[in-house]
Amino acid sequence: MTKIQEPEVTLDLATQHGLNEEEWERIIDILGHKPNYTELGIFSVMWSEHCSYKNSIAMLKTLPRTGKKLLVGAGEENAGLVDIGDGLAIAFKIESHNHPSAIEPFQGAATGVGGILRDIFTMGARPIASLNSLRFGPLSVPRNRYLFDEVVKGIAHYGNCMGVPTVAGEVYFDECYTGNPLVNAMTIGIVKHDRVVSAVSKGAGNTVMIVGSSTGRDGIHGATFASVELSEESEEKRSSVQVGDPFTEKLLLEATLELARKNYLIGIQDMGAAGIACSTSEMSAKGNSGMILNLSKVPTREPGMNPYEIMLSESQERMLVVIRRGFEKEVKTIFKKWDLNCVEVGKVTDTSDLELFLNGKKTGSIPAWHLVLGGGAPVYQRETKEPAYLKELHSKNLKDIPEPEDYNDALLKIIASPTIADKSWIFHQYDYTVRTNTIIPPGGSAAVIRIKRTNKGIAVKTDGNARYTYLNPYRGGAIAVAESARNVVCTGAKPIAITNCLNFGNPYDPEIYYQFKQAVLGMGDACRTFNTPVTGGNVSFYNESPNGAIYPTPVVGMVGLIENLTHVTTSYFKKDGDFIIMLGTIKGELGGSEYLKVIHNFVAGDAPTIDLPFEKRVHNACLEAIRKGIVNSATDISDGGLAVALAESCISNPENPIGASVFISRKLRDDEIFFGETQSVIIISIPENHLLDIERIAAKNIVPCFTIGRVKDNGRLKLNNSIDISIDEIKTAYTSSIPNMMKLNC
Amino acid sequence: MRFGVVVFPGSNCDHDTYHVLKKVLGAEVFYIWHKETSLRLFDAIILPGGFSYGDYLRVGAVARFSPVMKEVVKYAKEGGPVLGICNGFQILLETGLLPGALIANDGLRFLCQDVYLKVKNSGTVFTNAYEKDRVLKMPIAHYSGNYFADDDILKRLHDEDRIAFQYCNADGDLSDQINPNGSKHGIAGIFNENKNVLGMMPHPERAAEKILSSEDGLGIFKSLLERN
Repeated sequence: MTKIQEPEVTLDLATQHGLNEEEWERIIDILGHKPNYTELGIFSVMWSEHCSYKNSIAMLKTLPRTGKKLLVGAGEENAGLVDIGDGLAIAFKIESHNHPSAIEPFQGAATGVGGILRDIFTMGARPIASLNSLRFGPLSVPRNRYLFDEVVKGIAHYGNCMGVPTVAGEVYFDECYTGNPLVNAMTIGIVKHDRVVSAVSKGAGNTVMIVGSSTGRDGIHGATFASVELSEESEEKRSSVQVGDPFTEKLLLEATLELARKNYLIGIQDMGAAGIACSTSEMSAKGNSGMILNLSKVPTREPGMNPYEIMLSESQERMLVVIRRGFEKEVKTIFKKWDLNCVEVGKVTDTSDLELFLNGKKTGSIPAWHLVLGGGAPVYQRETKEPAYLKELHSKNLKDIPEPEDYNDALLKIIASPTIADKSWIFHQYDYTVRTNTIIPPGGSAAVIRIKRTNKGIAVKTDGNARYTYLNPYRGGAIAVAESARNVVCTGAKPIAITNCLNFGNPYDPEIYYQFKQAVLGMGDACRTFNTPVTGGNVSFYNESPNGAIYPTPVVGMVGLIENLTHVTTSYFKKDGDFIIMLGTIKGELGGSEYLKVIHNFVAGDAPTIDLPFEKRVHNACLEAIRKGIVNSATDISDGGLAVALAESCISNPENPIGASVFISRKLRDDEIFFGETQSVIIISIPENHLLDIERIAAKNIVPCFTIGRVKDNGRLKLNNSIDISIDEIKTAYTSSIPNMMKLNC
Repeated sequence: MRFGVVVFPGSNCDHDTYHVLKKVLGAEVFYIWHKETSLRLFDAIILPGGFSYGDYLRVGAVARFSPVMKEVVKYAKEGGPVLGICNGFQILLETGLLPGALIANDGLRFLCQDVYLKVKNSGTVFTNAYEKDRVLKMPIAHYSGNYFADDDILKRLHDEDRIAFQYCNADGDLSDQINPNGSKHGIAGIFNENKNVLGMMPHPERAAEKILSSEDGLGIFKSLLERN
């Protein structure tokens, strides 16, 4: 191999690395001299948006990040950690892999799953479930079908091989994601309190090891690539996308969990974005220590890799491990059993510097603290400006639109819209039954996973209606939290904490930053109301393609706790004659609805209103009724409105789809009643003899409660005098939509 | 009755199988590391599902060369009961203990769903807890579950009563429409000649508790347990 001549380091080169002049001056200040090529590379990735959160951290700190049940604060470890009793905790986090998936969808999505899984088992937790939140352009566009198909295959490839069930998630299709799909992956793990592993390096003289895959030239500058908009040239950056090897990661998982039990272990961090640079500096900064790294010892895939490449490589399936000196042999035995690399690469020092050596020669030295988020990495407050489009869209008069002539037809069209339609085509490709814990599989309000050796379960769901956030960023943020909380409540769970993935455009655009700031404020208020702190998450800016920015898309990953598995409640109607009850009240809000988009072909109006304390009372009423044992099914009103909620409740029963007859009288048009996406409404079905109980519970919680109809075993859904349709017809429209689209040639 | 569950690198249903035997049925069960070379202590061996060695090559093709597999073949030839589930079935085919092959599903996609199976032979150590023609519900989760064999082998399997399970609908009817993966004759599981080796694609260990929507898979483990 010929040795590549290192380029001369100049401000110009720093700019090409995504650093600005101010940051360049600061680096010189910190080091006391101009950085060399390796040092520049390290600063550039560590100070990239992706690693430093420099444009978001100030806002993220406004979110509620503490709570009685949180065992570590947000951002302190690789993932959040919440106590669920019985000496157990769950670790969970969501992360984006949008840019890689836009150009290499299979590997981009696969390594997104791999990355989030590592974040979880790095903490000593065994992953027990994964979710994903996806956004694509319309399936009528061949490129979007290709991206959708490959992303789903990539997620399946990685998750299935790992033996971690993929149990829930959501998918939306909208023009704004053409060219910039979103792939957010979430994983939940379980760990005993006394087995939690920290991502820390400390104790001078202790040993630093690299375990797992060898380091290659793949993924260099992935973090920097993720910190710019996608352009027509992005395709050339395909080599920035890493290639995943789930088999190696499965071995790494088992070996890591074996190691996690050992008391000579000091800390572990996985290598995701910015690879060795990030893991060494973050672990050192956390332990107020330094580290000497001998880069010649790092197992590499090819000869001749220089320090810059070794430090920045984002090769997958690697971890940095720090152990007490003298136990190297024991660690090697564990990893040898699983046929994995395990090599000593350095020592912990009592300085605060990251010192790099190659073949005995020092090739760089940087104070670790200055590299990291929460340390010396830059923090910016960005300018905001209310987007000009808001006034125009809010002023649209929605009373002027014509009512559909045929409501049956309108419902069929809406239910067949890929955003609403059945997602079996996706989740049948995911192994959702492995680990034998899945009590409510994908397709319900939320997934429910039992916790073995207890009588508890957890309910998990991701949500985020970006159209609402586009029309009203504050409300959109609040609704994302409220809807995910409502969804876990419908399964019988009490919402306990969230993780969030904030997908936005370029933060340097004041209108985009306005969306970001308002959405975060909305999420914060909702989280405070529901007492669901934010345990961590991820920000993905620069989601723009040549067509412009995506809708602002904050995604919430909610976790709820079910104290008693007999409370687990599914979303579909079960018994002929059951009363259908509405908790909450519909207001006929059509702004930003699927109905306007699908039937009238526009996105306008304001997002639905949300009264957070009221929403909380609806949750409480629903949970109280479920715990009393009187609820046969529960589902909320969301995308598509009441008509879609009822239709889904009729057809989702896997064994026995069943009909319903509903009548609602309001001073509203039928389209507003049927398709308005009013928040804070839960539809339950109960046996007749519990009518009084539900009224008492509702009154106690100060929540309106109406009997709106009955479950009928007649195979039809009837809604006022406008909808009367066979549930077979609904089911066909619902289940055939996505498979039919995907049969079109790519 | 002592069960052994083999753990290959990449096995991922080993814990589930162990859980059912130990926690649901209270049986004695141990993991067997794939480098193990003695199976004398065990009364039945289970090869669990997963992606042994990543299955980057043909499924099960690398696992058959694991040290333990030489012993498993010997164990089976001496009449010891061996159950291969999903990837375990694929490995058994690679060793030649069972005939035929498992190729990619017709749809060329991974497929996870509940299916119905018809018990075709209830007179074996794996199936004597069931009645013949009973319909069982359990999940499948595989990419390569499409059973293929030539007509001679298929005829022999039929003639020798070696088809364990066929895919059917909830009423027990067989048809091409309900065949989820394109398997020849809707075959979901087969026996060897002596019926002490069973390979099956569906996951009985995932249908062994009421809370998981079906207990129909328990019969296989119970059959083995009651053998002694």
